[in-house]
Amino acid sequence: MALLEVKNIHKKFGKTEVLRGIDFSLEKGEVLSIIGSSGSGKTTLLRCLNFLETPETGTISVGNKVLFDGESAKKLSDDEIREKRLHFGLVFQSFNLFPQYSVLENVTLAPAVLKKDTNEEIKKNALELIERVGLSDKANNYPCELSGGQQQRVAIARALALKPDILCFDEPTSALDPELTGEVLNVIKSLKSSDSTMIVVTHEMEFAKNVSDKVIFMADGVIIEQGTSEDVFDNPKSERVKAFLSKIKK
Amino acid sequence: MKEAIKIFTEQFPVVFSALNIGFLQTLKLFFTTLLCAIPLGLIISFGSMSKFKPLSAFTKVIVWIIRGSPLMIQLLIVYFFPGLVLHKNIWGMGEAGRFMAATVAFTLNYACYFSEIYRGGIQSVPVGQQEAGKVLGLSGTQIFFKITLLQMIKRIVPPMSNEIITLVKDTSLARIIALQEIIWAGQAFMKGSKGISGAIWPLFFTGIYYLAFSGFLTVLFGKIEKKLDYFKN
Repeated sequence: MALLEVKNIHKKFGKTEVLRGIDFSLEKGEVLSIIGSSGSGKTTLLRCLNFLETPETGTISVGNKVLFDGESAKKLSDDEIREKRLHFGLVFQSFNLFPQYSVLENVTLAPAVLKKDTNEEIKKNALELIERVGLSDKANNYPCELSGGQQQRVAIARALALKPDILCFDEPTSALDPELTGEVLNVIKSLKSSDSTMIVVTHEMEFAKNVSDKVIFMADGVIIEQGTSEDVFDNPKSERVKAFLSKIKK
Repeated sequence: MKEAIKIFTEQFPVVFSALNIGFLQTLKLFFTTLLCAIPLGLIISFGSMSKFKPLSAFTKVIVWIIRGSPLMIQLLIVYFFPGLVLHKNIWGMGEAGRFMAATVAFTLNYACYFSEIYRGGIQSVPVGQQEAGKVLGLSGTQIFFKITLLQMIKRIVPPMSNEIITLVKDTSLARIIALQEIIWAGQAFMKGSKGISGAIWPLFFTGIYYLAFSGFLTVLFGKIEKKLDYFKN
């Protein structure tokens, strides 16, 4: 049974239909890359999973539990949404660290406010995560004192602190120069393990090809092709994907 | 010239103590107004940002009326209108009653100005901050107090210090309902009080109190700004 099951997601902004029926599933421990040109709906899909947008129709289930159903979405209270969204974590393209808090405080804030654990445990866990993203020496620095790559690594630690079932990355390196891109991608790669499930929206094709178990190619709000990274990158079936990949290779 | 200095040195102790008493009333009005208007302004700003249209429209009309008319007239209306309609003095007798009425008028007026500054401050915090709070499972209230508030405060310190320094001087408008603040105390020596009459210099001298106090506030706000310098928005 898949950990994540997404069925028939439709999302409109005004009259524009941004998602036109998205279906996919993901097993525990898998890394899924979502690729495709800008405006294809990749980011909107991630935002739907994180309850930042509400789809008109469709269902989202995690571990057999239906979290979202377009039929009953209006009835969800804010508290219910908050509960459900904790199954997912999201790392933003623009980091969105809290500027007034140190690196450590950025990571401990949500677990402390939500009283997930004792304060000592939260701090210990946060320091471990900060070490995992290679920033132990920056724990007491403020975001404005860090490079973009370092900020994004803090954002990853912050998302991990709530132990989400599925961690989503929305173009995590698009705001970074190539040098800093590498350090962030390496951190994401290092998170890959049997129990961390990730969805990465990315334009980094090398990364998508080497790290993902599954790749989805999106265009105009639908999934054009999905499969293993070999299927999509080496033997694409649709002309659209072939054209996209050949443009990138040049 | 000698004569003038002699008169001044004779009058000074009497005037000084009367102005001090007046200035105390000025400070009382200033601090009470701030204490009430700072939180009330926040409530009004939430009202004007509300997604519930009738509430936001209602709040905007109130803010328009208050900001669109002179504070002096508001003072007169707040002080006299209840008596005209209800035929009784709801503010209480004497100086205490005038102080109550002045506090209400000043609080309403300043809360409306503050609310617009708050609104600007809140809306200038990037939406990504809120979204980051949301995906971390925080509630709207937690996001406001733990994430938005300090970033907003940092942004509004300069306009707020402007407004608050204006309030120091605006307290003199309470003279219109005969509140015994420092201008009232200075003016008394023109008409005649404590054996001194026809003296205008006490009125001029009140300016020094305002200058000293707004100088103190300027330094204080500079300190606050510096304190919040440790992070960049």
